[in-house]
Amino acid sequence: MNGPFSWRNWLTWFQDWQYFLQGFGRTLWISFLGLFFTLLIGVAVGLVLCGKSRALKRLCKAYMSFFQNTPLVIQVFIYYNMLPKLGIMMGTVTIGVVSLALYTGAYAADIVASAIRAVPLGQMEAAQSQGFSYMQSMMRVVLPQAVKVGLPPMTNQAVNLIKNSSVMAVVAGGELMYCTDSWSGNNLIYGPAFVMTGILYLIICLPTSMLARHLEKRSLKDA
Amino acid sequence: MLDLWAQAIQKVFTIKILSFLGQGLLGTLYIASVSILLSLVFGTVLGLLRYRRPPVFGALAAGYIEVVRNIPLTLFIIAMRFMTKLPPLESGIAAMTVFTSAVVAEIVRGGLNSVQKGQWEAAYSQGFSTLQAMWHVVIPQAIRRIRSPLISQFVTAIKDTSFCAAVGTYELSFTSKIVASHRTIVTAQDIIVIYLLVALVYYIINALFAGLARRSRGSDAKGAVR
Repeated sequence: MNGPFSWRNWLTWFQDWQYFLQGFGRTLWISFLGLFFTLLIGVAVGLVLCGKSRALKRLCKAYMSFFQNTPLVIQVFIYYNMLPKLGIMMGTVTIGVVSLALYTGAYAADIVASAIRAVPLGQMEAAQSQGFSYMQSMMRVVLPQAVKVGLPPMTNQAVNLIKNSSVMAVVAGGELMYCTDSWSGNNLIYGPAFVMTGILYLIICLPTSMLARHLEKRSLKDA
Repeated sequence: MLDLWAQAIQKVFTIKILSFLGQGLLGTLYIASVSILLSLVFGTVLGLLRYRRPPVFGALAAGYIEVVRNIPLTLFIIAMRFMTKLPPLESGIAAMTVFTSAVVAEIVRGGLNSVQKGQWEAAYSQGFSTLQAMWHVVIPQAIRRIRSPLISQFVTAIKDTSFCAAVGTYELSFTSKIVASHRTIVTAQDIIVIYLLVALVYYIINALFAGLARRSRGSDAKGAVR
């Protein structure tokens, strides 16, 4: 067998499989941390959007608008090329986590806000009439109910986040896509590298999207 | 300090740099517009196949959509660039079309699914054929629900053309990176001016489309009340 998928090419790939596994591990780590901070940002900004302070609301909307309407690649370039000039140095993992969290957080905030709004107002009033403060009613009564509405779209955002972590390849991020790109460039072997990388991404993304679809169907049935 | 800003603006806003960035912008718009148009065609076909589920083709469409949607676009861009002989911009278009078609297909299918079964039954009971029911009854209602997510997907597609920077295609993001590493660009102010300018260009284009998506969502809601 000749061509890009010849046995020799596959053999070369299998000799270096650990290199890919290492990149895969870094992709998982960046995605996990990124998702954690995405949720934090999403809930915080989502709460502000449903709150009363006009100034804070405007600030959050500006944040969301900027981060949703400019490409992640440009944001990564800014962290990688611009911030060091201002004396802020970050490693590539930190850049990955920060850029993914800020980018996805802008979308997560929308999801959290509309999930909170989907909870009937009476829930908040009932909780407050029982002597809960605003924050207590939010945390103990409204948010737990909002989770049901927000979980399916949030899971979809998690898939986007994992896929978007591949953007770190443009700044030598050391994650799976960068490993693939540099390994195939060095060895001039493309076929097996791209197929295996595709499969590695599928292994994490496919179950996650299936989970999202399952949650969506369940919440539709409840409604 | 003020001097440095003035110098930065003077350095960046030269005909040479601006026309270079303009060339990048044209590349971005070219990749985005052609791939969006192509994805619209292929995505609609795929979405219809997955909705109607004809034997073999329905399963093929479903498999394609699920696999492609769960692999990063960057991988398609890199693979198209290195494994085909297409020129840079066209390989970007091919990769984006492969990916965006799958996303559009899901949007189309979601819109079709949101039309209630009763609409089909009603159309059939009035003597419509399947094609007629689809064209006159189901699609007009589905379009109202598809419009807004579709425009949002256009915004994503315009942003995602920047992934082509990974293989050195001359689109706006990559040209901005080249400009930022030019020998005359030294101070922090220079780099800030470049990236703010480029971010602003993307922002204006995308905010325009995002506004359109929001407005068409508004009109969808009104349509539902009627």
